[in-house]
This record gives sequence, C-alpha cells and structure tokens, in this order.
Amino acid sequence: MSDNGSNGTGFIGASLKRKEDARFLTGRGRYTDDINLPGQLYAHLLRSTVAHASLGSVDTSAAKAAPGVHAVFTGADMEHVGGVPTGWLIHSKDGSPMVEPKHPAMAVGKVRHVGEIVAIVVAETRDQAREAAALIDVDYQDLPAVASLEAARADGAPKVWDEADGNLCYDWEVGDRAAAEAAIDGAAHVVSIDVVNQRLVPNAIEPRAAIGNFDPTTDEYTLYTTSQNPHLIRLLLGAFVLGLPEHKLRIVAPDVGGGFGSKIPHYAEEAILTWTAGQLCRPVKWTSDRSEAFVSDTQGRDHLSTATLGLDQDGRFVGLKVSTKANLGAYLSTFATCVPTYLYGILFAGPYTTPAIYVEVEGVFTNTVPVDALRGAGRPEATYLLERLVDKAAAATGIDRVDIRRRNFIREFPYQTPVALQYDQGDYDATLDLALSAADWDGFEARRSEAGSRGKLRGIGISTFIEACGIAPSAVVGSLGARAGLYEVGSVRVHPTGSVSVFTGTHSHGQGHETTFAQIVAETLGVDFEAVDVVHGDTNAIPFGMGTYGSRSLAVGGTAIYNAVQKVIAKGRKIAAHLLEASEEDIEFADGNFTVAGTDRSKSIGEVALTAYVPHNYPEGLEPGLEETAFYDPLNFTFPAGTHIAEVEVDPETGVVELVSVTGADDVGRIINPMIVNGQLHGGLAHGIGQALLEHCEYDAEGQLVTGSYMNYTMPRAGDLPNFNINHNTTHCTHNPLGVKGVGEVGSIGVPPAVINAVVDALSPLGVTHIEMPATSERVWQAIQAAQAQD
Amino acid sequence: MDDFQYHAPSSVDGVLSALRGADDGKVLAGGMSLLPVMKLAMAAPSDLVSLRNVPGLSDIEDHGHCLKIGACCTHAQVAASSVVRERIPALAAMAGRIGDPQVRNRGTIGGSVAHNDPAADYPAACVGLGATIITDRRKISSDDFFGAMFETPLEEDELVTAVCFPIPDRAAYAKFENPASKYAVAGVMVAEDSDGVRVAVTGAGAGVFRVAEMEAALADDFSADAVAGIGVSSDGLLSDNVAGAEYRAHLVTVMAKRAVEACG
Repeated sequence: MSDNGSNGTGFIGASLKRKEDARFLTGRGRYTDDINLPGQLYAHLLRSTVAHASLGSVDTSAAKAAPGVHAVFTGADMEHVGGVPTGWLIHSKDGSPMVEPKHPAMAVGKVRHVGEIVAIVVAETRDQAREAAALIDVDYQDLPAVASLEAARADGAPKVWDEADGNLCYDWEVGDRAAAEAAIDGAAHVVSIDVVNQRLVPNAIEPRAAIGNFDPTTDEYTLYTTSQNPHLIRLLLGAFVLGLPEHKLRIVAPDVGGGFGSKIPHYAEEAILTWTAGQLCRPVKWTSDRSEAFVSDTQGRDHLSTATLGLDQDGRFVGLKVSTKANLGAYLSTFATCVPTYLYGILFAGPYTTPAIYVEVEGVFTNTVPVDALRGAGRPEATYLLERLVDKAAAATGIDRVDIRRRNFIREFPYQTPVALQYDQGDYDATLDLALSAADWDGFEARRSEAGSRGKLRGIGISTFIEACGIAPSAVVGSLGARAGLYEVGSVRVHPTGSVSVFTGTHSHGQGHETTFAQIVAETLGVDFEAVDVVHGDTNAIPFGMGTYGSRSLAVGGTAIYNAVQKVIAKGRKIAAHLLEASEEDIEFADGNFTVAGTDRSKSIGEVALTAYVPHNYPEGLEPGLEETAFYDPLNFTFPAGTHIAEVEVDPETGVVELVSVTGADDVGRIINPMIVNGQLHGGLAHGIGQALLEHCEYDAEGQLVTGSYMNYTMPRAGDLPNFNINHNTTHCTHNPLGVKGVGEVGSIGVPPAVINAVVDALSPLGVTHIEMPATSERVWQAIQAAQAQD
Repeated sequence: MDDFQYHAPSSVDGVLSALRGADDGKVLAGGMSLLPVMKLAMAAPSDLVSLRNVPGLSDIEDHGHCLKIGACCTHAQVAASSVVRERIPALAAMAGRIGDPQVRNRGTIGGSVAHNDPAADYPAACVGLGATIITDRRKISSDDFFGAMFETPLEEDELVTAVCFPIPDRAAYAKFENPASKYAVAGVMVAEDSDGVRVAVTGAGAGVFRVAEMEAALADDFSADAVAGIGVSSDGLLSDNVAGAEYRAHLVTVMAKRAVEACG
C-alpha cells in the first residue's frame, strides 16, 4: 500500500460518475413523499398565525365532524409525552446551565412563533385534512412579541419564556478575557467593527415529510422521515420524547433532497406523526409545502457582533475580542445551542497567530422560527467577522490586504490556538499564492480602470480562512456539553461471490456517498467499483451512526469504513494463509490479492470470501463469514483551509453588484472524487454568494415572516453566478488514515467575506468602509448616497 | 388549492356563457398569476374557464399602422415573433424579459393585461405604446384600461381577445427587476410617434402611470440628458423588502434615461 492509503487500483482520486445519479436524473429517486403504505391517512398540521399569544380554547369539534376526518389532536392530547430535546448543554460564564425550557411537540398554553404547531388533523385525504383544519377555532390572546435580537435584549422587553430573564438562554465565553483586553490596550493599532450576520432560510429542494406507522402485532413503530441522521432521530425520539426502546422503533430516511443542516434536528413533526400513528394504528403521512417550510424548517445564522482587533507596529495581531448576540428563535432546536458557541467561538484564530483571543456570546430567545445549523453552522459567521475585521485592519494600518494576512499566518504545526482547537496541518501560504496567481490579483488595477471607463466601479476582495470539520472527538465534545458521542460506524459485508455491501451511519442527501465510499472500498479491498454498493438511511439495516453534518461524513464515516475494510483484510489474511499453507505474517495484500511474500502464490479476495462462507477447508477456530464493523471516534477535528477571491463590478447609478469572478484555492485534504469535490465546492460557493448578495430572512416587529416565499426571498440562480475558478493545494490530515478533511461547507464559509470585501473595495474610492450582507442594490445605492452626502 | 369546476369551451360565446353560469368564475389563460394565488388560497374561484380550445386567439396580425396580438399569445411567442421583432422590437424585447422561461412559455398577453398587476411589464408596454385593448364587445384605450392595482374596467363576463399596438417611430423598455420574483421594480417604456412621446412606468407605483414632465422634455429634446434631471415623487410609490419608495423613484429616472438611450 502506498503512503496515501491506496492499493493503486486508481479508484481513489478518479472522477467517477455518481452511482446515484441514474435514479435521480430519471425521476426514480425514492423520497419520503414517494412512499405510500397500505391504509395510509393524511395529516395537516395547523400552525400558529401569530408570533406570541396565550392559547385560549382550541375548539376542534367542527373539524372532528368534517368529512373523512379520523382524528384531531392538540397539545393537550400530547402533553404527557416528553419535550423535544436539545443536544448540547451550554454553561454561562458564571457556571450556571443554560435556560432550557420544555419544548412540547404541540403548543401548550402559549404559542411562541408563527408556524408553531397547534393541532394535527388526520383524514382520508390531504384535502379533507386541510379543509377540516380550517374549521378549528383557536382563541389566540395576543402577547407582545420580540422578533429581533435588539428587541429581545432591550430593557423591559417582553419575555419569550418566563424563566429566561432578558430572554437570555446563556451568556457564554471562551478564551482569556484579561489577556485579550490587555493586549488590545497595549496595541499600536486598534480597529473595531460591528457586523450583522443575517438570518437565512435553508431551502432544501425537497420539503420535509414524515410517515408514522405502527404495527400492533409487533408493537413496532416505523418513521419515514427527511433526515440527515436517522439514528440520532431514533435516539432522541425514542429515549426522550415517546419513551420507545430502540428495538421497537425504526427510522428510515430514504432519498433526501438536500438538507444543508435543516434536516439535522429532531422535529416535533416526527414525534407527532409517530405518536398519532400509534393512536390510530394506521400509517399517517405529512408533507410540508414550501410556504410551510418557510415557517417550520429551522433557519440559520442571525448574529449581531462587535469585535476589536489589536495590532503591533508591524501589523501583527496581538489581541482579539468578540462580543456576539446569537438569535436562537423561540425554542431550542437540537444543535441550536452549540452552533453559535462551540462551532463559532473557537474558530476565531482563523489561520492567524493571534496570541490572545476572547469571545463572548449571548444566546437569545425571540418569537421567531428556531435557529439551528445551516451549511457551515457558526464557522461562516466567525469567518465573515474575522475577514471583514482583517480588511479593516489593513485599511487602518495602511498595510496591503494580502501582506497583512501573510504576516499573521500560522506556519508551524501542530498549532495550539488560544481558543481550544489544535490545528494538525496546513499550508496557508500555498493556497494564498495559488489563489493570487489564479485570480491574477496583480493585474487587477488594469481591470479596475477598464471598468471605470465603462462607468463601473470594480473591486476585488480576499478571504483566507480555516474551518473545523470532521465533527468530532466524542470525549472532547462531551466535556464541552454535547449529549451524544460523535463517532461514526461503518460495516463492510463481503458476500460469498465477492461483491460488497457497505453500511454507513452517515446519510447522503446530495453528497454522493454511494460513489465516494464505494471508491474507498473498491480501492482498499481491490474489488471492482461496480461490485460495491453503499447502504444508508435505515436504522434496521445499519448498526449505528451519528449522521451527516459538519463536513464529517468522509473524515469520520469514511474512516470507519476504511477501518472496517482493514478488519476484513486482517481476517482474509488468516484465511488466505490457511489456504496457501503459509504463515499469516508472510501474507501480503495488494490489488485484491493475498500473496505469499516473495512468491507468485496468491488467493484473490473473491476466493477468500467464498472460502469464508463455504468453510470446508478453513482455519481452526476462525468464525465463518466475511463481515466487519468499525466504530471510529476521531482524534481531532479536521482543518480544511483556503483562500477565496471575488471580483465585482458595481453600477453606481443603480447599486447593482455584478459578481464578475470567484477564484478559490482550497485545501480540503485528500480528494477521493475530484468531480464530487468540485461539485460540493460549487454548491457551497453558491450558498455563500447567496448570503453575501441575495438572501435575507426578515421578520416584521410583530414576528410575521416578511420573506415567506420565493417572490421575496432571493435564492441564487445560475445567472447570478460566474464560472468558478477552483484550484486545489492539498495537505493531508495527519490523524485519519485517508488524510481527508471535508469539503461540503467550504464555499459557504470562505466566500461571503471575499465578496463583501470586494464590494467595499469597489466603493472605497467613494469613502464607503462597510456594507452589510446581503449587499443588495438598494443597500449599495444608499451607501453611495450616504458617502456622497458626507463629501 | 380548493376544488373548482373546469370548463374548456371552444368559442368566445362558450367562454362568456360559462362565466355567466358560474358563482365566481375566472378565465384561465396561462395561469401564471391565477394559479399561484389559488395555491396560496388567496383566491378560490368556483369555476375556471380555460381559453385553450378557443380558436383564433393566438394570432399576430400586421395591420399596417398597428400590430394586433391575440390575447392567448404567450410572452415567448411575442418575443420570438418575426413581425413583432421587425415592427416593434421594444415590445418583443420586453416580452422576452418577463419572468423566466417557464413563465414566458405559459403566460399570455391577455392574462397579463386583464390581471393588471402593478409590477407586470405589459401595462407599461400598453400605456407607453398607446395600445388599445380589444374585448368581446368593445375597444378600450390603455389610458382608460389600467386603473389602480388589479383594477380594470372589464365586466365580470368580459373577455380580452386582443391588444392592438400602434407602430412607434422609436421605442424602448428598460426594466429594473426584483431579484427574487423577476417582476419590475421600475420598468419604463418610452415611445415616440407622430402624436408625441409617451413615458409609462410600471412596478414603481400602485399601477402603471405616465410621467408628463418627462414626455414634455423628450418631445422637446429626445435625449437621455433631457430626463436625467427629472425625478418623480416618492409619495405613493410602492415600498417593499427589495426597494423602498425613494429608491424606486430614483430607479424610475435611471430606467427612463436608459430607455431613451436604447431608443438610439
């Protein structure tokens, strides 16, 4: 085996076409809503139309009498079941645990956001359920709502939860406050910035759906659901909400059309549908429509921050202090509490050697849809703030934007940051150099003046960043408050004739695991790519797993599969040694063949597999069969890094920003399938560009969602994006055998500050120093007007 | 979406009688405005009367002094029509920028004018070019047809059958579109013919409107500079999450200027 884990069959590193695409592209994917069970009923969920109210009577009598209706349940009917749990306990600065109100599956006593579930109506048809729901008379006694961070933290603000004073869930910190403040106080230059990281709607192409089923003959429940992590749902739904043991609860997450984090959480709908199926002993299906998704899928980001950076006379960063308010929404979603803390605060070293860093975060309740992970989850927020601040520092010190970054790069690894993380490997100069060259950074001024001759303001922006992926070492995250381990599980079953089934606890909802994982197994086991199929998304088929998020599937799940393959090879070596009448130590494995060292005597993996299942001539005491499982708990996070450069042209008359080019130089670790990796980069870049220029989830002061459809929530379209100039400079992760890091979130983390830095650069001749995301045409126009008014 | 009765008669008279027989009947052409509001339960007509089987509503005729465009012509059809492109290129270009390809292949000129969405493009084209709306029973000038938001003089049982556009000496449409919906935030049609200059604005206000000051200035001096200094008041203009009234007012001037420039 070569040093990169390859047997040399060439599957690793090849842009093989995706196994899953044939069914997706021909409309044969099997999504939750495609599944129909015998005797299935349909549910409609009645949702709150107000952001905050005491719930008076909920009169369901007319709905129950409506045609086709089987049942109507409200919060009172489910009050005895557990609340929807939160996966991460955060402690405040004073050591007190976060405020963790019970999250009932359906509203009890009060509603706290538009879209909260008030009742479920189950009928023979979807239309009957919907029409009956309109007959439910809900007495909403309006309460004042807090729909923004400012409103929630204002003196005397209305309270979302009686037990949360100041609407504070927690007041968390990381790093050394005294050291950071002292460093800033003694700094030669001090720069500050206030930034908004606006709320986003995830907008997976497949809306969420769920089918609950109960088999009274076996007392088994089955839930089909649009989830990124079926075992996690089984754990939370079974142990915390409904009190069902694992062997009586099966979760199936079939083909899932995108998640972006919004399909990580355990949702109340999953509990309601499962419970309702048990009440009725009939399958019950619910499918969200797009309008419903806007007010019921968890949303992302939503921070207000202020940060101060101290620099010495040479432009070296000496101290950084960050204060952030993070909107958690009305209820604590599964990972809501850790996203703005342990996925955010610990990123603030970035690629820089800042020796003293302090980050404090207020987690705040508001009368809005719960916030949870969204592609990047905390890391885009940290990176955006840091990279805007670095640009501001360059402007304040007069040091070139590229030079100031280079002066502060970490170059010795492993590197212990002042905010908990230890980076294992990286080469930030290499990705920076590659990006500068690929983007023709040095030629920019000529392009700026050419644009000027056309009346356009051209700007260029850069962002150099790291991310922490491959979530996560269980003991580490456990000590930080995680209520689950974050290892992963892989099983490799070599069948008697040599084909292979691979079982993974991760879940593919667009990432291409069926292809990438098959490439790893085909290469390391020396079998044909076509002979390997990957199974995921069914708790009855897969031993266990923690699912897909945080760019973890390859680094953690892929390593589990790799380790399972090594166990298969180890057992195969024993069988081959027996067949070849050689000592086990003399057997070498390569290209799918077990060979006696120094001879041409060998047995193929196929022959060994057949022997394992037909063990007539077999090592004494060895179990038949060739199937192994590995649980892999990572030793550390992985640290992808890179440089992104964006170039824009602004029309000063209208404020329209045209994104002219995007160049990336990324180190995502060892690449298994370059086509899939580039596809992930493209998707992430589109997501990040959407945040920088287009997307903005807005509520009015009463907590009504203003941007509740694609008529006013701007998703990026192909026409909004340039061709991406993607480049790779790879260093290998040092602590997993494949050397892989992760790629799914890179674009959404790295590119937003590059785009905004470019917009500010374009406007800087007019005196504009900052613009908030999204940099819409109206905002840019207003910034130009304001700057001109100052002249 | 609530249930409804669907009709597809094969004549204009059949359409009218189906409308008269319905509690709350609506004409269905391309459905690009009607179906979304029905999906959102903002409209729940008892009957939909489709025009798909009515012959003769999709013709484009050159009458010398004007083009007569059948009510069921899709935006894509108008955009691609060689006669429209030759005779009123501004109209073809305008139609080619409505919505997205799916909308352009379903949405119709008749549906657009009858709906009178304040952010639709056709009202500006009709008013700017001085078009006449032809119904089953009468002809209505554009200036009289387009009222406030979603309002027209059409009777409950009246059907738009065609729109006649006089041939201008020169015309152009400039549009600033909503990045999400692709509707006009400010769309300005500028046209000049022997009767003078017309400047019609859609998207910015509660309905299409003309800008007399710009028309007079252009009649005197047909140049971008002539309108560059003419602002419209932001009073009464629309305001939403994409564009406030002041920005819209500013965009009206910029789009007017660009339309004049595009007239060549």
